[in-house]
Order: sequence, then structure tokens, then C-alpha cells
Amino acid sequence: MAADLRPYGVLDMCPYREGVEMNEFETRAAALVQDGTLGYDQKLRRLAALATEALPYPAVSEACAEALSKRVICDMYEGHAPYTARYILPDYEKAVRQGLHYLEMAPPQNLDDALAFLLIMYVNVPSVTTYPVYLGDLDKVLAPFVNDSISDAELDSKLRRFWISIDRMVPDAFAHLDLGPHDSRITRSIFRVERSLRQAVPNITLKVDPAITPDDLIEDGVRTVFETGKPHFVNHPMMVGDHGEQYAAVSCYNSLKIGGGAHTLVRMNLKEVALRHQGGGATTIEHFLDATLPHYVELTAELTEARIRSLVEEQKFYETHWLAVEGLIDINRFSAMFGIFGLADCVNLLMAYAGLPDARYGHDADANALSIRVVQRVAELVAARPMPYCEGGNGRCYLHSQSGIDLDDNVTAGTRIPVGEEPGMLEHITTCAPHHHLFASGVSDIFHVDETALRNPQAMVDIIRGGFASGMRDFTFNLDSNEFIRITGYLVRKSDIAGIAATGSARHSSDHLAAGSEASYHLTERAVKRVRAHELSPK
Amino acid sequence: MTGPLTDTGFVAGTITFSVVDGPGNRFAIFLQGCNFDCVVCHNPQTIPHAEGTHFLTTIDDLLVKIRKAAPFISGITVSGGEATQQAEFVHAIFSAVKADPQLGRLTCFVDSNGACPQSTWELLAPVMDGAMIDLKCLDPEIHRSMTAQPNDEVLASIRLLHTLGILYEVRLLLLAGVNDDPALLRRTGEWLAEVDPHMRLKVIGFRAHGARPHDPPLVEPSADQREAAATLLAATPGADFDICLI
Repeated sequence: MAADLRPYGVLDMCPYREGVEMNEFETRAAALVQDGTLGYDQKLRRLAALATEALPYPAVSEACAEALSKRVICDMYEGHAPYTARYILPDYEKAVRQGLHYLEMAPPQNLDDALAFLLIMYVNVPSVTTYPVYLGDLDKVLAPFVNDSISDAELDSKLRRFWISIDRMVPDAFAHLDLGPHDSRITRSIFRVERSLRQAVPNITLKVDPAITPDDLIEDGVRTVFETGKPHFVNHPMMVGDHGEQYAAVSCYNSLKIGGGAHTLVRMNLKEVALRHQGGGATTIEHFLDATLPHYVELTAELTEARIRSLVEEQKFYETHWLAVEGLIDINRFSAMFGIFGLADCVNLLMAYAGLPDARYGHDADANALSIRVVQRVAELVAARPMPYCEGGNGRCYLHSQSGIDLDDNVTAGTRIPVGEEPGMLEHITTCAPHHHLFASGVSDIFHVDETALRNPQAMVDIIRGGFASGMRDFTFNLDSNEFIRITGYLVRKSDIAGIAATGSARHSSDHLAAGSEASYHLTERAVKRVRAHELSPK
Repeated sequence: MTGPLTDTGFVAGTITFSVVDGPGNRFAIFLQGCNFDCVVCHNPQTIPHAEGTHFLTTIDDLLVKIRKAAPFISGITVSGGEATQQAEFVHAIFSAVKADPQLGRLTCFVDSNGACPQSTWELLAPVMDGAMIDLKCLDPEIHRSMTAQPNDEVLASIRLLHTLGILYEVRLLLLAGVNDDPALLRRTGEWLAEVDPHMRLKVIGFRAHGARPHDPPLVEPSADQREAAATLLAATPGADFDICLI
């Protein structure tokens, strides 16, 4: 079902290879250019991704290559020769102050100039999807240009035009902007525009500081979620503790430093690690934590290091890209993301190995306690593994609870409780919350609420505040009756997915990914369940 | 009052997170036993009065549960059954919540049919923050046909709670062909406006799910009928109700 969306046959291929065979390369390239479901621009971007497969993969050990080919560890199909950082967070506030030399843009003098300036900048910011994943903390970036001479109606009108431009020029729901934690006219206007336009793009995060962000603003955010599935809410004090004030949530729940970002994301499938665990009996869990887990953490780190060195040393991204040259990004504010997923499956397997097959993550106190031991152990190991060019993370990777890609099958996203097994919301939150502080670069647990909440948005404000007080870093909820569904953290309209099924094509690149997930997992058929997710389709 | 009058009561059940029992997210406690026998009741199993140890619950049991939910809620709501049938227990729960340093910020609400003496509200008023009162029908005869009880205490409760400043909302349940006559609704609006022209009203269309079978069958009002009732109430002369239609 999903195969027609990816005309490359990647599913059947080992990604670790010296390079694709020429005849296979031609076959895949031909299938791509002749694919009637892809637009010109989509073909162009996929051809570029295919081209890097003609290059050799960064050199890694045999054990690492084996783990990659068996998908115990996964490079997110970023390509063989990374020539852009995965997630880039340009310092837009600095950009509007100093102008852009490369793009020959003087510092904007008014709101119209600033909005045009940003659009021009957006289409020149790279990422692995080719679209920018960060559009700025817009309330702060635009603040110098919004004074009392601009009425709310004018502001809404200008932002509305800007919003439509973003959606049409950056048609990718990973494009993400941030707001808060302070209230502002700009934030209020953006929420009004969001509710009236109901677009999938851009994605939005509202930073919430319980001491600063008024209930009224959180509630305005909640009302906007009811209409559009956005914003996502983050625990501002916890983020500041990990990254400093200059951070943002980008793409899907990835919290990184502004003026920095992540070179790459490599993830480890904890279910596959548990399946490869040898040795049972009473010591099985200790042996897993002390031997099996460290082995695969190191293989993941090895792959990460190889990819970082390729990007930094071979392709020399940070020496050559204009964002770095003009000081809008700084390699010292970058790190890499160490993702884990399949925690629930891993814990359930380990409990079964220990003779307790009914003790399941999300429902059993011992299983929940083990889940925390596993994540803490991974965090310790990652914190003990030096990583080059990762000064943004004090020379270490950021830990990330990775919420899946559309190819994942029979494995639970990130550290979530499996869809269909979620306990009541309080139990659900108190199971997940103890993990959140460990994931500096983000974690996602998506809560679905029924439409009775529509008449009581303050109830969601209460739950968000309670979640943050209980140690949650990220909080996202969806309304069941919503036209929008969240995949990893990016949004698609149900009608757009239906459109792909009917016609085979879609304007947003991310819709193709969502259609794959929907076809595989029937996301929209689930009642009161969180959404499975993925980040990047193989090219 | 100097302390709890009783530390146990009959509790039919609790809901940790409720978004439909007052302002914000709330911990809801449903007491067992009701003095009405409403044909429209969605939880008829909570009507019989409990005896012995069945349903017997201590305040401490409730506090343990409330503490777990506390970071996530605006307050607690005691519903039923009929909350005021165990007024001393309700008073004790609210007093315990307000005295607890960890729970003291929570608001304490009662969801009631309003059929209780003035002394009940005088007992509860010092420890409660709001009441939600069901008015099944302004007409006493129709009220009796729907609940098996008169409505004089209900009307008196609405007046008194408003005077005490703790009437949060009045709920009007619409049963098609029974209590939704336009002239009756007009009179209801006028009566409510006389108590408080800015009253918060929740207009709820009857839904058959959960209710006991009835002969002849009870009829759910259509969306148009519900809308018409809300429009009619909103047009009450001199009133500026805050109306929520469900």
C-alpha cells in the first residue's frame, strides 16, 4: 500500500552499502521521473536524495553496519553523504537586526519588510527534508516591527497573507515556529489567523512558563488546538534548564538551541535490542542493562559519529554554508540527537523474559519502574560517550524519544504506551512524566480528548499545568473530532490523506508520509487513541 | 462548624478527570442515593439509598485519590445520586479539602437537584464555592411527572444560592414534548431572569442512552428543537443569560 508512494524499492534494500548498482540506480531514477503522483518539485528533491546513494556510506565497523542493515539502529534514511545538518535553527532575531549578506537583504524597517525578509530567508534554509524545520520565535522576531500604529485588524490581515505564503512556499508540516512564554499581540493574532485558515503548515509550539504564561493565553492556545490541532505545549523552565533561554521546539518535538541545531539523528530500536538479548533467568534484566544495552548504544554512537564527521569534515557544511559564514548558526551550538523508540515493547519483552508476561508498560508498577531504569541507563551511557563537534550538548548527544517513521511496523513510537493500551489520562501522564526530564531534545506523548472538552477549555489548561508540574517536558493533545491528525508531531488534514488515496498526489510533502502511516496503522480509525508517527520517509 | 460531622458516606463512584462537572478539570464524586426518581436519569443505579457497608467510603479514601489528581484539577465536584442527601458527609469532604495544605486551592462544587431544605445550604455555604442546580421544570405538575417530587424546594434553593453568591449555574434539561413548550420556556426564562438576569444556563437535550425504558418512550429533542429552546431563553426580556447548549 505504501509502496506506491516511494517509487524506489527502498523497503527491500539494505541501506548500508558501498553505493547503488548503476542499473538499479537507473531503474529507480526512471521510476521517479515517470511517477505521475509526484509534482515537479517533489521529484527534484527526491532525485537529489537518490543521487547521494551513488556515494559510499561513511565508514563504520562491521558490527555497526550489521546493526544498521538489520535496522536495530537507524539513520533515518538521511542519505549516504550528509551535506546539510538535519535540524537547523537560524537566529532570526539576529538576522533581522543585521540583514543578510548572501541574500542581499538589508535589515527590515517595518512589518511588511520583515515578513518578506523572513519568507525569502525560509526558502534558503536547508534541512534533510529540504524545507526549513524552524521558522523562528515569531512573537520575538516580529516584536520590533509591531507597535501601536498597527491595529489588530491590520496585523491579522498581514499575518494571514504571510501564513498562506508559508503554507504554499514551504509545503511541509515539519516547518515549525515557536511562541511564548510571554503573552503578546502577535501571538494572539497568530492564533486568530490559525483558527480562521486551518492549515496544516506551519506547526506551532507555545512555550509555557507556569509563573509567566497567563491561563488566558494557554486557553487561547487550547481553543486553537480545538480548531487546528496546534499548538504543541512545552515546559519552558525545563527547556531553559537544558538549553538556556535561546532554544526552540522544531520539526516534531525536537528541542534544540537557537543559532544551532542537530547535525543528525540516529535512533536505536529498543524492541530489536531486547529481541537480541541473550541470557535469561534471574539476572536477565541486569545483564540487559550492563551488557546488551551498552553494546547497541555504542553502535548507535559509532554511526552518529561517522555521520557527523562526514558532514563536518568531508562536506565541510559549517565552513561553507552562508548561515554559518554570517554567524546565524554556530557549530558550537550544535549537537546530534540520540533517539530511542520501542521502549514499551522492550520493557514488555524483558518482563516476559523474567517470567512476568502480564506485567505491561503503562499498567504494571514493576514494568513502569523497569522502563525508567532502561531510559536512565541509556541516558547514562549517552552522557558517558564523548561525541565530536557536539559542544551544544557539552560534547555529548542529546537524548530524544523518537516518535517513529512511516515504515515502522509492530514497534511502539518513542517511549509511548502502545496505541490501544493506554490507561486513563492521569495514569498515562504519571507513567510517562518520569521519563521526560531525560530527553533534552524532546519526547512526545499525544493525548486524545473527546469533544466534551470543547465546552471547557479551562480543563485542558488544568491538565497542561498539572502535566508540567508533574515533570512533563512536552504536552500535545488532539481533539477526536478534529479535521487534523497529528502523525509524529506534524499535522495533516484527514481530507488531504483521503485525497492521496483517491488521486495519488498531494501538495504537501508530509502528506505522502502521513498517507503511509495511515495506510499502515489506520490512525484515523482509532477512537480516543494517540497517533503513531514517523519523521522522514526514505527519500 | 468546628469539624467533620461524619467521616464516612455512601459513594457510588469517582471520576478522576471530569470536564463536564463544573469549571475546569475536576475530580467528581458520585454519592449513592437520591430523593428524586427522574424518568430521564442516566445513572438510575445511583438512585436507591445505600445501607450497611456497601458503598461505604471514608474521607481518607477520597483524599488519597484527590491528592493524586490535585496537580491536574481546578477542584472537586460532589454529584450523585443526590449530594445534599448526605450533606454532613459533603461538608466533611469539603472541610477536609480546604484544611489540607496541598488541596486548599481546589474549589468545591455541588451538583444537585436542589430539593433540600434551606438549612442544608446554610450548612454547606461556608465550605463550598459553587452549586450547579438542575431545574427539571418550572411547572410543578410537569415537574412531579418527571421526578415524582414537587419543585418548590428546587426554586427556593436557586433563589437562596444566588443570594448567597454561590449559584454557579442552572441546568435545564429538555425532554421533547414534555417540558419544552415555548410558553413554558418563556415563563422559565422570566422566572430565572428575575433571580439573576446574568445567570449561567446550561441547556441540555435529553439523551436516551443510559436512561431506563419508559412507556411511552421518552423523546430526544432534535438539534433544531434544542436550538429553538436556547434561542427562546436568550430572548427573555431584560435578561442577558450566559447560555451553553448541549
